[in-house]
Amino acid sequence: MNKIKLAGTIISFALLIYVSGCANHLVATNKNILAVGNQLPAVTLTTPKDQAARNYLGLGDKENFSLGEIKSEILIIEIFSMYCPHCQKDAPAINELYELIEKDKKLSKRVKLIGIGAGNSTFEVDVFKNKYKVPFPLFADDELSIHRKIGSVRTPYFIGICNQEKGKNQIFFSQLAGFSGAKKFLENILKAAGCQ
Amino acid sequence: MKKKLTVIMALLCLLLMGSTSVFARSSSFQKSIYNPGLLKPLDSMLKVRVGDTAPQFALPSVSGKKITLNDYRGKKIVVLSFVPAAWTPVCSDQWPGYNIVEELFKEHNAILLGITVDNIPTLFSWTQQMGDLWFPILSDFWPHGAVAESFGLLRTDGVTERALVIIDKEGVIRYIGVGDINVRPSLEVLIKELQKIDLK
Repeated sequence: MNKIKLAGTIISFALLIYVSGCANHLVATNKNILAVGNQLPAVTLTTPKDQAARNYLGLGDKENFSLGEIKSEILIIEIFSMYCPHCQKDAPAINELYELIEKDKKLSKRVKLIGIGAGNSTFEVDVFKNKYKVPFPLFADDELSIHRKIGSVRTPYFIGICNQEKGKNQIFFSQLAGFSGAKKFLENILKAAGCQ
Repeated sequence: MKKKLTVIMALLCLLLMGSTSVFARSSSFQKSIYNPGLLKPLDSMLKVRVGDTAPQFALPSVSGKKITLNDYRGKKIVVLSFVPAAWTPVCSDQWPGYNIVEELFKEHNAILLGITVDNIPTLFSWTQQMGDLWFPILSDFWPHGAVAESFGLLRTDGVTERALVIIDKEGVIRYIGVGDINVRPSLEVLIKELQKIDLK
């Protein structure tokens, strides 16, 4: 009888493992998480040590912050990796996007830009930042915890959210790669935004 | 007994749930990456140790030039990056990163040599997706995996471990990092090891 129970336990766990693996696969390939109109899953990041980056995002001295705390109406997030050839190739054009936003006084108050390095350590993010002289804040997602939450998308991935308090970050723009140049991209973002 | 079994099974679940996190994520390779799934982390026995003279080799490179370890003797520190196979997830997500850190290698007077057991045409097609690589890509295809085997890095299925080997200018092995084949090695550790050699 005990042997039967033991066999039952093993089979149950084997099934659980199988289902876990399948569920994980589904999460990894689920693009609906970032569908336009959805709320972006809650993302918490470490507050940058760099004062200029804190000023840019309008953050205080707290150790961590949520995206809703960034002082902007529109937040553009690039999910990148220093190991991704397209991210490397696009880096200068995305810097250009930042410059375009910053040189427009009204726009610079409304729109902020950040990057999250999927599977990149702080060291690797810094390598990327220094290599391409990235002027906007980049954050490490070493353990891929954020990456998994948003459906393990490929890189580079661009997300536009209407940035609101209390974790309500509605996605209005969601795009894998295909960065079409700074000006065109900004036009598309502003056209899609319609944040209240 | 049952409690122990529960703990083991739960750990297995966690291991599997975390398994997809290490796969290639760049859009550069689109759908051309073959996913072999989670592999046995290590599957070979090292034949060399830190302090040993590195086994000599001469391998064809994608550029057409034959590269030997002796080419760098007395000139440069050599970093060998063995990756298991072309067109697989983690490997495709490793060398493109090394491609933007040429300066860090130069700082330490080091050259990087990428090695797999794939043949030259395969390596050519695969590395084309990574942009212009600044470091040579060598094929240890024939005799199959002979160089990897001389270091004890050839797995039983004919691919290599994911390994980094640092050889100083005198041809002596100064670092061997053989990690879990499913995980990209830390760039920080590699650079720190190069710094250590530089400081000595």
